[in-house]
Amino acid sequence: MRFDKKEAYLDLLQSGTGIFLALFIMGHLVFEASILISNEMMYKVTLMFEGFYLFGERHAWIISVLAGIVLVVFITHALIALRRFPADYKRYKIIKHHTKSFAHEDTTLWSVQVATGFMMFFLGSVHLVMMISTPDKIGPFLSSYRVVHEYMWVVYFLLLLSVVTHAFIGLYRVMLKWGIFESDDPKTYRKLLKSAMRGFIVLYLFLGLASLAKYSYIGMTHNYEKTKIYKEVTQ
Amino acid sequence: MNRELTIDILRYDPNQPEIKPYIASYKIQEQVGMTLFVALNEIRKHHDSSLKFDFVCRAGICGSCSMLVNGKPSLACKTLTQKLDSHIRLAPLPVFELIGDLSVFTGNWMRGLNERLESWIHHKEEELEVDKLEKPMDPDVADDVYELDRCIECGCCVAGCGTLQMNENFVGAVGLNKIARYQLDPRDKRDEKEYYELVGNEDGVFGCMTLLGCEDVCSKNLPLQSKIAYLRRVMAKTALKKKD
Repeated sequence: MRFDKKEAYLDLLQSGTGIFLALFIMGHLVFEASILISNEMMYKVTLMFEGFYLFGERHAWIISVLAGIVLVVFITHALIALRRFPADYKRYKIIKHHTKSFAHEDTTLWSVQVATGFMMFFLGSVHLVMMISTPDKIGPFLSSYRVVHEYMWVVYFLLLLSVVTHAFIGLYRVMLKWGIFESDDPKTYRKLLKSAMRGFIVLYLFLGLASLAKYSYIGMTHNYEKTKIYKEVTQ
Repeated sequence: MNRELTIDILRYDPNQPEIKPYIASYKIQEQVGMTLFVALNEIRKHHDSSLKFDFVCRAGICGSCSMLVNGKPSLACKTLTQKLDSHIRLAPLPVFELIGDLSVFTGNWMRGLNERLESWIHHKEEELEVDKLEKPMDPDVADDVYELDRCIECGCCVAGCGTLQMNENFVGAVGLNKIARYQLDPRDKRDEKEYYELVGNEDGVFGCMTLLGCEDVCSKNLPLQSKIAYLRRVMAKTALKKKD
């Protein structure tokens, strides 16, 4: 007999950090898609996050702080979620066999989460550290330069695929895990959630890929010898 | 037209370890309304009398005939062959002790679980007063308790649980369902802390990864996802409340 509150805290913390990160990514991809409207729109969103409309001048360090907070939550989530990874090869083999022979969708989705989660250890860290160290390199031309001429499109493409699937499968699971917004009819509720999960994955992949395509287009067509910065002076 | 069914069965007898596990293939004629239970009896009667499998009630009540049907834990007596392809693969449930072929010993596993979770009414003061009339129970509460009491311990949720595959000490949906059942029952006087000690850990509700295999294979269609979520909320609340 034991009374250890930590196991409850770990479960709450894993779900809590997961929800935070999923909501963050939903916002992130929408703001990033401002490039689809116009370069000016994307520039304004950048200014907004740099606090220009609040302080009247640009503070790129705000981006660093925000990315820093996300990095801390990201590492916490990864660390706690690690305890769900198969502990050794034997268990890995067992769960792999189980997943394959059972052919059950939600069990298979879990292995997708393990795989995408593992990918994000590296891809997500690279992206976040870059945003913390060079927060002033964001803008319609600067971001596009990074995508095309620094070959970051590879990282962004893989990160997009993994983060979108991981986030929405995770949200679906966390809702069922705690019964968040559960109705009197849990079976219909689950079906609805599953449809919403699929819909959001398709929607966000489309949004993300379209944005990435636009940044790539700008990066390939813009003359960087002329100027690398969209606007030198902000009024 | 009746189909010809090919039924592949994973066969192994632990009492004859010299014969390695092998797949035996049988061909039988499908009949209208045929269940796997009927098909297996057909095989035993006409093809191989040594085939081992369990059944008692043949009506989805006793939970004896659970097995992997095309990889999915199911009750043979509740599975109509017409819902399956003509090529059917059968194997014994994993996790449990194998008696032979499709027959597994769910009983000792379930007994161990019930002893560990003390799945009986705890009512210390009135323990010895067996002649005393029970207090009336609110009908809605009685319905909720009865709903969860329908578990037949067939073991399908255990075999369909990915968490349990990796952690053999995990209590599984059958165990969590039992705790939810007793926690709902006003006759059980165990307090939150006592329940927390039973399932408020990684072998209990906080180990569950919500893969929902249990929910999708439960032969009695119990609301396992929703009850595990309920139990998780109760246990998390207990942990947040408890000062010591």
